[in-house]
Amino acid sequence: MILNFLQSIGAYVLDAFASLGRASLFLMQVLMGIKDVLLRPRLLIRELYSVGVLSLLIIVFSAIFVGMVLSLLGYVTLVDFGAESSLGVLVSLSLIRELGPVLSALLFSGRAGSALTAEIGLMKATEQLASMEMMAVDPIRRIVTPRFLAGFISLPLLTIIFMALGIYAGYLVGSVWLGVDEGSYWSQMQNKVEFWHDVVNGIIKSVVFGFVVTWIAVYQGYNAMPTSEGVSRATTNSVVYSALAVLGLDFILTAIMFI
Amino acid sequence: MGSSRKTEIFVGAFVLLALLAFFVLAMNISNLGSLGSDKGYTVNAQFDNVGGLQPRAKVTLSGVSVGRVTGISYDKETFRAVVTMTINGGVDYLPSDTQASIYTSGLLGEQYISLEPGAEDEVLAEGSAVTLTQSAVVLEEIIGKLLVSFTTKD
Repeated sequence: MILNFLQSIGAYVLDAFASLGRASLFLMQVLMGIKDVLLRPRLLIRELYSVGVLSLLIIVFSAIFVGMVLSLLGYVTLVDFGAESSLGVLVSLSLIRELGPVLSALLFSGRAGSALTAEIGLMKATEQLASMEMMAVDPIRRIVTPRFLAGFISLPLLTIIFMALGIYAGYLVGSVWLGVDEGSYWSQMQNKVEFWHDVVNGIIKSVVFGFVVTWIAVYQGYNAMPTSEGVSRATTNSVVYSALAVLGLDFILTAIMFI
Repeated sequence: MGSSRKTEIFVGAFVLLALLAFFVLAMNISNLGSLGSDKGYTVNAQFDNVGGLQPRAKVTLSGVSVGRVTGISYDKETFRAVVTMTINGGVDYLPSDTQASIYTSGLLGEQYISLEPGAEDEVLAEGSAVTLTQSAVVLEEIIGKLLVSFTTKD
C-alpha cells in the first residue's frame, strides 16, 4: 500500500524530469535551425505576420482598456490623499514593470501560442511532418524554428506597444476626463520612471516570457498525440502551462529586478 | 507575389509601430529624454544624518532637477554618511562653497537634495567635495526637542 504510493510519486517525478529533458533536447534542435531560417527570411516573415501582426488587435484592445481601468481606479484611491498628481507614476510603473509584460504574455499564449500548438499538432496528425521527412526536409527546421523565432521576436514588440498604449489610455481617462493636471501626469512620470531600471527590465521580462511561451507552444504541438483528442489536449496544455510558467517566472524576475 | 508583398508590408508596419512605441517609452515616459547622454560629474558630500534618502533621489537647484544621488555609504573615519551624486554636465558653474541640504518633498514625500549656490569663484568639478551640508530633518528629533522645550518652560 505505502510502497504503491511511493512508486506513484516516484513515477510522476521521473516522468516530469524525462519530459523536461525531452523538451530541452527539442529546444536544442530548434535553436540549431536558426541559421537556416535567417538564410531564408521569407519563412520568418510569414510567421511574424500570423503570430505577431494578427495578435496586434487583441493587444491594442486590452492595452487601452487596462490603461483606462488602472487610471480610473488609481484616481479614486489617490484623490482621497490629494495625491492625484502621482496618477501618471502609478499607471506607468504598473504597466511597465508588471501588467504590460504579464498580460501581453498571457494574451499572446491564448491568441498565438494555442494557434501554434494546434497548427503543428494537426500537421503531425495528418502526417504532413512525416511526409516532409520522407522528402528529406527537416520538419523542425522548416516548420518549428520559424514559428519559434517569430513568437520570440513578436512578444517583446507587442509588449512595448501594450505599455505605450496603456499609458496613453491612462492619460486620456486621467487628464482629459477626470481632470488631473496634464503637466503633473507626464512630468512626475518622467521623474520617476527610469529607462534602464524600469523600461529595460520590463522588456527583459517580456523577452523571457516570449521564449518560454513559444517554447511550450511548439513543444506541445510537436509532441501531440496524432489524434484529434491529442491535438485538443496539447492545445489546452500549451495555454495552461504557458500561463503557469509566465506567472511563476514573473515572481522570480520581479524579485531579482525590483527589490 | 501579391499576398507575400502584403504580408511583408504588414510585418514592416508592425515592427515600425513597435519601434515608435519604444521611442515614446524612452523619450516621453522615462527620464532618458531629460538626462540623455549627458554624462555629468560626481561630487561627494558628508552628512551627519541622511534620514530616508535613497539612491536615485533627485538633486535640485532652486527646485530644478539637475542630477541624481548615485550612492550612499558610511565613512568610518569621520563617522558620517557620504552621499555621492552625479550632477548634469551642463551645470558646471556651481561655486565650491555650495551648500547641500536634505529636504522632504511634501509632508510624507520622498527625500531629495537641494543645492544652494555660494559665492566663491572656484567651481565644483569631478570628485570635489561639498563641505557645507545640512542633515535630513528627523521627525522624532523635532518632537523630542519640542517636548524638552515644553517641559523646561515651567
